[in-house]
Amino acid sequence: MKVLVAIKRVIDHNVRVRIREDHSDVDLTHAKMAMNPFCEIALEEAVRLKEQGIADEVVAVSIGDKSVQEQLRTAMALGADRTIHVNSDTAVDSLGAARVLAEVVRRESPGLVLLGKQSIDSDSSQTGPMLAALTQMPQATFASRIVIEGERLQVTREIDGGLETLSMSLPAVVTTDLRLNEPRYAKLPAIMKAKKRPIESLEIDELGVEVTPRQTLVRVDIPRERQAGVRVESVDELIDRLKNEAKVI
Amino acid sequence: MSDARILVIAEQEKGHLSSATARVLDAAGRLGGSIDVLVAGSQSGEAAQQAARLTGVAGVISVEDSAFDHMLAENMGALVVSLAAPYTHLLCASTTSGRNVMPRVAALLGVGQISDVIAVESADTFVRPIYAGSVLATVRSLDDKKVMTIRPTAFEPVGEQDAASVSSAASTGEQGMTTFVNEQLAGGERPELGGARVIVSGGRGLGSAENFRLIEGVADRLGAAVGASRAAVDAGYVPNDLQVGQTGKMVAPELYIAAGISGAVQHLAGMKDSRIIVAINSDEEAPIFQVADYGLVADLFQALPELERKL
Ligand SMILES: Cc1cc2nc3c(=O)[nH]c(=O)nc-3n(C[C@H](O)[C@H](O)[C@H](O)COP(=O)(O)OP(=O)(O)OC[C@H]3O[C@@H](n4cnc5c(N)ncnc54)[C@H](O)[C@@H]3O)c2cc1C
Ligand SMILES: Cc1cc2nc3c(=O)[nH]c(=O)nc-3n(C[C@H](O)[C@H](O)[C@H](O)COP(=O)(O)OP(=O)(O)OC[C@H]3O[C@@H](n4cnc5c(N)ncnc54)[C@H](O)[C@@H]3O)c2cc1C
Repeated sequence: MKVLVAIKRVIDHNVRVRIREDHSDVDLTHAKMAMNPFCEIALEEAVRLKEQGIADEVVAVSIGDKSVQEQLRTAMALGADRTIHVNSDTAVDSLGAARVLAEVVRRESPGLVLLGKQSIDSDSSQTGPMLAALTQMPQATFASRIVIEGERLQVTREIDGGLETLSMSLPAVVTTDLRLNEPRYAKLPAIMKAKKRPIESLEIDELGVEVTPRQTLVRVDIPRERQAGVRVESVDELIDRLKNEAKVI
Repeated sequence: MSDARILVIAEQEKGHLSSATARVLDAAGRLGGSIDVLVAGSQSGEAAQQAARLTGVAGVISVEDSAFDHMLAENMGALVVSLAAPYTHLLCASTTSGRNVMPRVAALLGVGQISDVIAVESADTFVRPIYAGSVLATVRSLDDKKVMTIRPTAFEPVGEQDAASVSSAASTGEQGMTTFVNEQLAGGERPELGGARVIVSGGRGLGSAENFRLIEGVADRLGAAVGASRAAVDAGYVPNDLQVGQTGKMVAPELYIAAGISGAVQHLAGMKDSRIIVAINSDEEAPIFQVADYGLVADLFQALPELERKL
């Protein structure tokens, strides 16, 4: 079985984002970029399926400008057998990304597609279910456990009330939650080797999919910062203030 | 603006209408126009009646079929799409169900989706947090049908009215792709995180699952819900559904008490809209103090039992 993993390049989760002075967009110049943490988990799961002999090929795909090749090289260092760069100079939105990925799915016919449950920049959480809809595949979002038995997939999902387990036919689309696995780190020799390996490249215009964004960004703002309040000296003072000042208990 | 036609997709909790629905209706009301509510499931009668009595609802569509009992995305997606034609806006809470079903609906309709809306500026312009809530984006949708998820805690529950009419619609049935196997729901006596007035949360500082009883003890004194940081969930102190933050639950209670939580931006994303925040931490430099209304620098193993005793 072939496993396709969608990898998004995003700002590193430790970096504090700034916005442009005119509020037109966020300012990512010189910001440290990285693989979306949920995509790392998706890739790790694919590599483990290969190590278990369930998958025979792991293909990583990323949509974006040339810079996303950096994350595809990381993906190779972590165990991806092949990588596909869909070159696009403008940002695609979730529907655009899902349409591009659907075209890649049509060409590659994977048995399983793994995506992150959300990207930590837009926090949209849309691409996976959209891809499933477009390719008429079953979907399992927020996966914390995946078991493949023959032609079927059992997925345990993190839902608001607890955990839910679903069973579905393959091929299917799964989006990964935090507790699915703990991704490994790339080893130096693998990183060096990945530098020399080829990346397959596709031009977004040549895929014949409509990717015009469905939204315009009107403005961005920094939310009003909360001010630090007071330090209380004791539990007694805390209770007193909660009762008589804040009146919340 | 007033010609909007809105369909709110409601969820159920144990046969009742979910409490988030009344808050999604507040957001729907801000779009202007008429509002219908869809209630689907094998025993949706009571929930449909509850929806009919919520202020602003013009009509309720009830679809009784067990295919919709667990909000399976494939089944729900097909149903919503079958009903979508007359509507300009399709809304659902940004719960794990809403975030599972609505992008599928949007893609089937060939439109974008707007996630986790916290404010409505007009019928096509909305505010939503990005980058773990450290930036607010105002976005305008160019689609003629707007598919959106609403962050319930950013809106107030609407009141009650004389019941609107309930009609039924044809089921689109099982799509035969996915089957429900089982669920492990946390349940229990404590209030649910999403709707709680008071939340007491613990982090890695608790050190073990047994020690988490200190959090529960204080929570029970206050009739509060229990929350946790990702570190506490990852370490197995508590189940996943208690995680508050960017990738967990978004909460905004009257009072949020954080003990043994450092205050990483991903945690703050889920709780910084609480009205009053209390931090208990032994490290006076912990970032959580920067957002706390009341900060107590103390060892939680002393402070929490004392708090429980004196409340
Ligand atoms: C500040 C800001 C401004 C923006 N401005 C615009 C704008 O003006 N116009 C516009 O159309 N969009 C804009 N976007 C949207 C952004 O470009 C898209 O949201 C994004 O590329 C699409 O995926 P997502 O992040 O919504 O996916 P999510 O659904 O949150 O991501 C889930 C998963 O989908 C997969 N995935 C998503 N994107 C890719 C990708 N490019 N390559 C490979 N896999 C992927 C990954 O597996 C990822 O983990 C903006 C976003 C931000 C944060
Ligand atoms: C993609 C991504 C998503 C994430 N999503 C989330 C999310 O949704 N929610 C979330 O919470 N985190 C999330 N995180 C993790 C987040 O970055 C932090 O790692 C996490 O919140 C830390 O949890 P903590 O505060 O419990 O632990 P720590 O940061 O280890 O803090 C423990 C605190 O306990 C204090 N302490 C220790 N002992 C005592 C004592 N005896 N008495 C009093 N205080 C004590 C310490 O001083 C310290 O401040 C995410 C991270 C990433 C990368």
